[in-house]
This record gives sequence, structure tokens and C-alpha cells, in this order.
Amino acid sequence: MEYVIEMRNIRKEFPGIVANDNITLQLRKGEIHALLGENGAGKSTLMNVLFGLYQPEKGEIHVRGKKVNITDPNVANELGIGMVHQHFMLVEKFTVTENIILGNEPTAKGQVDVKKAAKDVEAISKQYGLSVDPNAKIEDISVGMQQRVEILKTLYRGADILIFDEPTAVLTPQEIKELITIMKKLISEGKSIILITHKLKEIMEVSDRCTVIRRGVGIGTVNVAETNQDELASMMVGREVNFSIQKTPSNPSNETLEISSLVVEDARKVPVVNGMNLSVRSGEIVGIAGVDGNGQSELIEAITGLRKAKSGSIKLNGKDVTNWKPRRVTESGIGHIPQDRHKHGLVLDFSIGENMVLQTYYKRPFSRNGILNFSSIMDKAKSLIKEYDVRTPSEMTPARALSGGNQQKAIIAREIDRSPNLLIAAQPTRGLDVGAIEFIHAKLVEERDKGKAVLLISFELEEIMNVSDRIAVIYEGKIVAIVRPEETTEQELGLLMAGAKRKKAGETT
Amino acid sequence: MKLLKGKWASITVPLLSVALGLLVGGVIMLVSGYNPIVAYAALFNGIFSNTYVIGETIRQMTPLILSGLAVAFAFRTGLFNIGVEGQLLVGWLASVYVGLQFEGLSPIVHIPLAIIAAALAGAIWAFVPGFLKAKYQVHEVITTIMMNYVALHVVNAIIRTYLLAPGERTDQINASASLQSPFLESITDFSRLHYGFVVAIIGAIIMWFLLWKTTTGYELRSVGFNKYASEYAGINVQRNIVLSMVISGAFAGAAGAMEGLGTYGYMTVMADFTGVGFDGIAVALLGANGALGVVLASALFGGLKIGALNMQSVAQVPTQLVEIVIAMIIFFVASSYLIHWISNRVSKRGKI
Ligand SMILES: Nc1ncnc2c1ncn2[C@@H]1O[C@H](COP(=O)(O)OP(=O)(O)OP(=O)(O)O)[C@@H](O)[C@H]1O
Ligand SMILES: [Mg+2]
Repeated sequence: MEYVIEMRNIRKEFPGIVANDNITLQLRKGEIHALLGENGAGKSTLMNVLFGLYQPEKGEIHVRGKKVNITDPNVANELGIGMVHQHFMLVEKFTVTENIILGNEPTAKGQVDVKKAAKDVEAISKQYGLSVDPNAKIEDISVGMQQRVEILKTLYRGADILIFDEPTAVLTPQEIKELITIMKKLISEGKSIILITHKLKEIMEVSDRCTVIRRGVGIGTVNVAETNQDELASMMVGREVNFSIQKTPSNPSNETLEISSLVVEDARKVPVVNGMNLSVRSGEIVGIAGVDGNGQSELIEAITGLRKAKSGSIKLNGKDVTNWKPRRVTESGIGHIPQDRHKHGLVLDFSIGENMVLQTYYKRPFSRNGILNFSSIMDKAKSLIKEYDVRTPSEMTPARALSGGNQQKAIIAREIDRSPNLLIAAQPTRGLDVGAIEFIHAKLVEERDKGKAVLLISFELEEIMNVSDRIAVIYEGKIVAIVRPEETTEQELGLLMAGAKRKKAGETT
Repeated sequence: MKLLKGKWASITVPLLSVALGLLVGGVIMLVSGYNPIVAYAALFNGIFSNTYVIGETIRQMTPLILSGLAVAFAFRTGLFNIGVEGQLLVGWLASVYVGLQFEGLSPIVHIPLAIIAAALAGAIWAFVPGFLKAKYQVHEVITTIMMNYVALHVVNAIIRTYLLAPGERTDQINASASLQSPFLESITDFSRLHYGFVVAIIGAIIMWFLLWKTTTGYELRSVGFNKYASEYAGINVQRNIVLSMVISGAFAGAAGAMEGLGTYGYMTVMADFTGVGFDGIAVALLGANGALGVVLASALFGGLKIGALNMQSVAQVPTQLVEIVIAMIIFFVASSYLIHWISNRVSKRGKI
């Protein structure tokens, strides 16, 4: 069997940690090869080695049967290897076409040949069914389209081996479907793909083979047709994973969060939250289901004080907290796992220890009379790292050096540990492995059972259905239906999210 | 290459840059017909050969340290304070003004009072750009540069109108406010060394302590790294931008007091900027915006400037050559940060 890529016995070390230890990965021509592993297992590191961003300490890479030395991404490009990173590398102010040709501009008489570029881009996007608006600016297009631009960028450079690092983590379910179609199309055109994802369903659906790594060590490669989700999960975690959560019926008492007639405008002054009413009681988990862009982000920002409400009121335990400053909101008992971990959740250049006290650094015992007490800060960090299984060499490591999933676990640890009266969890399990998801879901339920209120926002219906006690469907800035998970189906939710009306339980029009 | 990227970068990069800067300086000397070995030997002697030049070097360092701290402090919060020069001028004037008053006050009261006045003046001068930045998002580089010119002319006007003494300058300050020390002068063969360096070292300790040991420093650094996360954490971003500029301005003002109470004991009508404030930018850059780094970088620049005088008289190499060497050092530091920054960007790409 001819392999287009063969990575043999790769070893890559970072200070205090072996990220890849003797990993072997073989990619066949024309296959989608999934790469599966827990958070921090070393998947991104391995792919960065293949893309020339890191140099391995040991091991060989063969491309199309020839031994190569990939010293930097340009070499990877020349070998026909392209990578779509999870955080896009696009110039916001440039158009789609300009971004695609950047660094590889066709020239005529020393000038960029704009016409030829536009034509080339159009040809490729037609060929692979990647619909983009070539003249739109990046800042104006959706995340899904930005990702298509990234794919086009690699294809424009002639890549026929594509690496996708967690491409579906940032996409909505609809966009994920589109991406899967695109990947299948790419394969039919003779490309080969390495796909990193934590979603076992996706692996089962699109990939041919799957290589599993655990804590930097290669566990093995399996044919997807001959395995199932449970087997993959236990290969990856090293134990059985429970997919459905154990929880007793909720026992809600008084109203913790009470939102009435809330109106919030977005940056363009459009009222994206438009007369919303919602209540969350203590001792229950309310899940908000909805298509992205129906006011979810603005709702959270208004509750947490990051955005001003235009009108209406937000009450916490009967107290009006509308338009309070973030610090006051936090102190009155709200915890917030933000949607964008890099923007709001972490100071990436702070150590993980400093990040663990981001909401409490000014309080005892972490500081006294304005003087920080580093030993108690680091003690706290150590215990949270242990309890939440944050994989990091130490509490002094900068947050930037952690794997994406472990950064997320650190934020969750910080917010849940304060045990707030109301916990707002926005996409809390985005980018987490199945084991970590299981753990976080159990934690949310545990908070609920302690009598706290939990507001869960997620684009994944499965998560909403599994974790929530009540589901509030958001559509165009309003809650259009409240349903119980046991009385509804994903199909019905899907219809409600698209604006359909519900008459009786189980009936939609 | 590894050494330039790892945690040693803030030490290896400046050291290598200094070596390269001296090398390029040597090449330029060769090309223009001077003997670099003789010249550098003279430079070296000019810094270390006797107590006089050592005293002068330390004196030269003193305001440089404080102006470097000013730039570095603002930078830690993500702000470019290019207005250190102006803040230094108003600080100088304020210290001299207080020094001219209160005849007969005890030095233990008078000196701190004059330094505090200088710091306060610098702080007020820096408050304006800080406020404009926080409230109206006016870029601080523009406003601080403009405030430099305002400072120059306002200070001159005040001296001419209210404080003029013969010789286009103010009177000599009262002895009770002076940092000058016959003792220090005598042990350094009558250099102009004064007690200001103690103030500068205290300044460096304050900066280190404030940034790394206090909740205020935590907030300032957090705002410098990530405004959005700071806001999420309930930190008042606007307030911290103003605070950072104010503290930075206070360091700059204190640098002015070193000239006013130490080296000169008066202030002249200024024909042009002193340059100390701008040198602070270079010092902060070379010192990697750390307190200790700033002190060491000031020692290097102060030494080079004093040594240059000897180089001119012994090897006939013009003092401007040292300016070139300094410029080359800055160039190499800056470009290595550029390389570092680029390689960081590239390796960040792979992270999710
Ligand atoms: N630049 C770096 N410096 C130091 N350590 C690093 C660096 N990049 C990764 N690591 C460490 O290497 C290990 C593997 O990280 P990697 O990002 O490859 O994990 P991953 O499998 O992609 O996880 P996730 O699913 O969470 O994205 C982690 O323990 C991480 O802390
Ligand atoms: Mg990863």
C-alpha cells in the first residue's frame, strides 16, 4: 500500500512535557483519516510537526514515499500539504480574493493581476463546491464562509493533502453538514485529508480510518467500518465512557434569574434581543436552543454587564441587576463561562495560576491590602488543576502553552469553583474530548443539585437535550417556546428554532 | 536561534545586540579611517579608568533610569508613552520651583517634597493623554508627542515670566532641597555625582513591586495583555489606562527632579529637548521593559555617553560615533524582537 504521508516514530518535547512520544501515522491516498485523542494528547502538536511549524526531536516523515525534512510551512506548501487551523489566519480588512492570493499573487507587468486572481479563485471554488463571495470583506462574512476561504487558500496553493484541526468546533450544525459535503467532494477529486475532531459521530460518518493517541503515545489505527463510538471512546480515554448523563429529576425552587421584556441592541443598533422573557429557577438547568445569531451572545453580555440593555429588566434573586457593572454582577453571584475563551476567558500571557484567580484576585486570601499572595494563588491553582484534570506541566505555565481543550477546562474550573447562584455556561464543552464532556456535564448537574441555577447555551442539540431540565427555544431575540427534553425531539426543536409555532406538546406547524 | 526564542531571550537578545552594535561601530570607524581598537580602549577607559568617570557615569544614568522606567511601565499596560520628555520638563520645573521656596526647611522634608512635586507635575502632564485615550480613543502616541512641545514652550514661558535670573535661567535652588553632596563629589574626584541615584534605584524597586506584587499591577498587566478578558473580570479598563499613564508620568517627572535638584540645581530656558526622555524609550526597549533591565541598560547607555568624551579626546573619534553604536544596538534589539514576534505568530498559528 502506497502512503501519501507517513510519519514514523515522531517525538516532540516541550519544557516539562513530552507532547508526542513515538507516534506513527500513515495516510493513504484518497482517504479521510481521523486523528482522535483527549485534550492535550498531542494532536495539534503532531500536525504542526507535519506542517513544519515544529521540528521533531526524533522520527521521520515520508511524503509520497520520499523522506523529507519539513523545516517550515513553505516546505510543507511545496510538498502539497495545506493546513486549516482552528483559529483562522485571515486579514479582516481584505476581501476574500485578496486573502486567498495573499503571498502567492499572480502578477502581470509587476502588478497584481486582479482579474486573473478572481478568475482562478472562481474556478477553484466551482470545482469543489466551495461557495464564497469573492469580493466580500472577511469581517463581514460568517465563520462558515471564513473557513471555506481558508480551505480555498490551501487549494489555491496546490495542496492535495489537507489537515483540518478541529474544523467543526466553531461551526453550527448546518455549517458542519456543508463542511462534510465539501470534504467528500475533495476526496472524490483525489485529495487526502487528516481530520481532527472530538465528535465521534463525525468520525463515524466521514472517515475511513482513525488513529488514536493517548497522552502523547500512539494507541493504534482502526478501520472505522469495523468499530463503533464506544470502542473509539474507550481506546482514547483508556476506560469506558458514559454518554448519557446520570441525573435525577430536577427539584426547582425559587426564581434565581428573571428576565422581563429585555431589549438589547448589537453593535449596529439592531435590537437582537427583542422583548425577551425568561426565568431560571434555582435547582434547574435551563438550556437555550437556537440558531447562532438569534440574540444568544447579546443576552449573555447583557446579563453579565458586558453590554448595556436598552430596556426591560434583569433580576437576580429578586434584585434588579440591569446594567450593573461586570464586577458587581459577578459579586452578586453570577458565574460566566464565556463563549470565546481566547477573547474573554483567559489572559493568554498570564500563567495558568494567575488566570485561575481572574475573578477573585482582589479578595482574601489571594491578596491582602492590595498585595498579592502568590503562594495562596498557586495553591488554589494546583487544587483546581487536580480536581478538573487540567493537563499542564505546572501552574506557572503560561495559558497560551496549554492545548485548546485544557484552556477551556481551566476556565470552567475557575467559574464553577466559585459556586455562583447562577452559572451561565456558553458552549462550555466546545473543543473538549468525550471524557471531559462527561465530567463537565456531571459538574453542571452537581451544581444544580446543590440548588444553584444553571443557564446553558449551546448549538449542539444533543447537549441541550441531555443536560437541560427545561429547554427555552430562542428565535429572533425572543423565547418562542419552552419545552421539556423528555417531551420533545431534536426534529421538533429544529423546527421551533427555525421559527415554527408549537400548538400542543409534540405538535408543530 | 533557540537561545533567541526561549526564556533567555530577554538576556541573550540585548547582549548579542550590544556586541553587534559595537562590531558595526568598529566597522564604521575602520571605513572612516579610525583605529577601532584604540577607540574602544579609550571608550572603556573613559568609563572605568578612574573614580571621576565612574561618578559621571552614575550621574548620567540616574535620570535615564527613571525615564526608562516611565516608558517601560506604560508599555506593560500596552501604552506607548512618547511624552516622557515633556513630563520630564514639567517635573524639572516643578522640582526647581519647590526648591526655590521654603528657605530653611529641613532637607528631610524639602527634598521629598520637591521630588513629589516633580512626580505630580509629570503625572498631571501624562494624565491628559491617558484621559483622552480612555475616554475618546485618541491615540496616545499622537497626544504625548504634542504634549512634549506644549511642555517645552510652557516651561520656557514660565521661567521667562516668573523665575528669570541672569543667564536665561532660574536662580539656584535652596541648599535644603539639593541632592548634591560634597561627600559624593569628593570621593569621585569632584564629579557631579549626587544622591539622585538612590532615588532612581528606589524608583526601580517601586516599579517592580507595583507591577508584580500588587493587585494594581495585576490589573495593569491584565489590561495590557487582553482588554476584553479584563473587562470580563470586572477590571475597569479605562481607569487602568489613565492610571498607567499617570504612574508613568510620575516616573518621568521624577527624572526631571534628578536634573533640577541634582545635576544642575536650577533650570535654564530650554532651546531644545533634553533627549533624556527619548533615550528612555531606547533604555526600556533594551531593558525588555523590566525594572532590573532598565537599570542595566541605563548603565550601558550612561557609560557609553561618558566614555565617548574620552574616546574623542584620546582617539579623536567624534562622540557621534557612540550615538551610532547606540542606534545600532537599538536597531538590533528591535529587529530581533521583530524576528521573535514573527516566529511567535507563526507558531501560534498551530495552537487552538
Ligand atoms: N508551544 C507549546 N509550549 C509548551 N507546551 C506546549 C506547546 N504546545 C503544546 N504544548 C503541550 O503539549 C501537549 C499537547 O498539546 P496539543 O495542543 O498538541 O494537544 P491536543 O491534542 O491538540 O489537545 P486539544 O484537543 O485540547 O486541542 C499539551 O500538554 C500542551 O500543554
Ligand atoms: Mg488541539
